[in-house]
Amino acid sequence: MTPALSIGNLRVTYDEFDALKDVSLSVAPGESYGLVGESGSGKSTLLRAVAGLAPVTGGMIEVNGNSLGSKRDKAFYRQVQMVFQDPYGSLHPRQTVDRLLLEPLAIHGFDNTESRIVRALDEVGLGSGFRFRYSHQLSGGQRQRVAIARALILEPSILLLDEPTSALDASVQAEVLNLLEQVRAARNLTFVMVSHDLAVVTHMCDRLMVMQHGREVEQLASADLSARRVTQDYTASLLTASEGFRRNG
Amino acid sequence: MSALLTVEDLSVSFPTRTGVVNAVRGVSFTLGRERLGIVGESGSGKSQTGRAIMGLTPEHGRIAAKRLEFNGIDLLSASKAERRSLRGKRIAMILQDPKYSLNPVMTIGRQIAETLRTHEPVSKAEARKRALDMLAAVQIRDPERVFDLYPHEVSGGMGQRAMIAMMLVAGPELLIADEPTSALDVTVQLEVLGILNRLVAERGMGLIFISHDLRLVSSFCDRVIVMYAGRIVEELPAAKLSEAEHPYTRGLLNCMPRIGADRHPLPVLDRKPEWAL
Repeated sequence: MTPALSIGNLRVTYDEFDALKDVSLSVAPGESYGLVGESGSGKSTLLRAVAGLAPVTGGMIEVNGNSLGSKRDKAFYRQVQMVFQDPYGSLHPRQTVDRLLLEPLAIHGFDNTESRIVRALDEVGLGSGFRFRYSHQLSGGQRQRVAIARALILEPSILLLDEPTSALDASVQAEVLNLLEQVRAARNLTFVMVSHDLAVVTHMCDRLMVMQHGREVEQLASADLSARRVTQDYTASLLTASEGFRRNG
Repeated sequence: MSALLTVEDLSVSFPTRTGVVNAVRGVSFTLGRERLGIVGESGSGKSQTGRAIMGLTPEHGRIAAKRLEFNGIDLLSASKAERRSLRGKRIAMILQDPKYSLNPVMTIGRQIAETLRTHEPVSKAEARKRALDMLAAVQIRDPERVFDLYPHEVSGGMGQRAMIAMMLVAGPELLIADEPTSALDVTVQLEVLGILNRLVAERGMGLIFISHDLRLVSSFCDRVIVMYAGRIVEELPAAKLSEAEHPYTRGLLNCMPRIGADRHPLPVLDRKPEWAL
C-alpha cells in the first residue's frame, strides 16, 4: 500500500542553521501520527516543510505516492490541509466565518458553496448561527472549530495539525480532540499531529516520533510509550517530566 | 500561626460599554507561610485575584473587599506610595512569559540590581554582588556572564530564572507566581519549579501559585483553591485532589488525556449554569 505521506532524509535550512536534519518517516493512509519534542526540536518545521512553508534543502516528500517539488500545486492543497496553533492568529480578523469558509471553495472552484458551508459548520458542531460572525466574536474553542471547518471543507485526505489545542483550556481541549477524532473516523483522514504534550499525542496517535535538536530520537507506537517501553533516555526523561512535579525528586 | 495574608470577600469589577464585568466575586482565603494554588480556566478570575493583592489592577477596575490585609497592613486604604514600597520589597510577583515581563533594553543583572536599589540603600558594588549571588541561587551556572546579557540573549528557562532572581532578591515575604512555567518546555518547567520550591522553603515565604494546570498545582502546592466564573467553588488539600467533590473540579481533572488511559472520546465538561451563581 502506498503511504499517505512519506518523507526521506528531509533537511530544512534557515540561513546557516539546520532546523531539520535528515528526518525520515512514513505514515499509512488513515493512520494518525504524532510528533513530540521541546521547542526548537524541529517538529513544527517538519509539518511546515510538508505544507510548503519551510525552505527544504534536501531529501524528499511524497504525498499519496506523488513526489513534491519546491512548489505546491492546487491539487496538493486539496489533499493536504493544515490547522495552526493559535486560533487568534490564523483567522482573518475582518472576514466573517462565511467569507473564511468560502475562500478555499472559490480558489478550488467548488460548486454548491452554500450547502458546503452549512454542512462544514454543522460537522464541527457550530451550527449556522455562527456563519455571519467575525472571529473576534468567537471564543478560542469556537475559532479552532472554524479553522478545522476551513481545513475540512476541501475534503482533504491528510490533515496537518500544529499544536491544535495548546492555546485552549483543558475542558475545551477535550472537546476539540473529540471533534478531531470524530471527523477522522467519519472521513478516514490521515493525521500528522505536532504537540509538546505527550499525553495528547498518545491519546490521539497510533505511532509517534520523538524529536530533539532537529533530529529523530526514536519512533515508537503510542502503546509502547504508555507502557514505558522506550529505548532512548531522552524519551524516558520526557515521560518523567510529563508526570508533573515531584518534591525532593 | 498568624496569617500572612487575609482576603475576605474580595471582588474586582470592570465597567465596560456593555455593562459591568465582575471578574472576581466574593473571594475569601487566608494564607500563612505555605504554598497555595489557585486554579481555574481562562476568565475564572484567578489572575485578577493575584493582581488585586499585588496592587496591579488596571486603573478603571474597581476593587472591593471586607478585608484585604497583608501582615497587619490594610491594603485597601494604603496610599499609592505605601503600595509601591510593598511591591517588589515584601510582595513580589512572577509573570508568565519572561519574553514580555523583562525589560528588553536593560541587561539582566542591572534589572536585578535595580529592584534591590529601589528598596534598600545599598551601594552599586553591593547590589551587583547580591544580584550575582541571587543568579547563582537560581542555578545559573555562569552568573558573571548572564549578568551582562540582555533578555533576548537567553532561553525561556534562563529568562524565567532571572525573573525569579529579580523577584526574590529583595527578600519578599509573599510571592505571587502567575503561570510561572506555562511558557516553558516540560523538562525546563520541572527545573524552574524545583528552584522555586527550594527557595520558597528555605526563605519561609508564602506562595500563591496561579495556574490553569490542576495536576501541576496539586503536585506543587499544599492547598488548592479552584475558581470558576470569579468565585471559589472548592478548596482542598492538594494531596486530596482525587477526592474533589465539586463537579467542576472533577470534570476538569477528568477531561485531560492521560498517558496509558484509553478513553475515547474524552469525557467533556458539562457546564451547569448553577456553578456560576
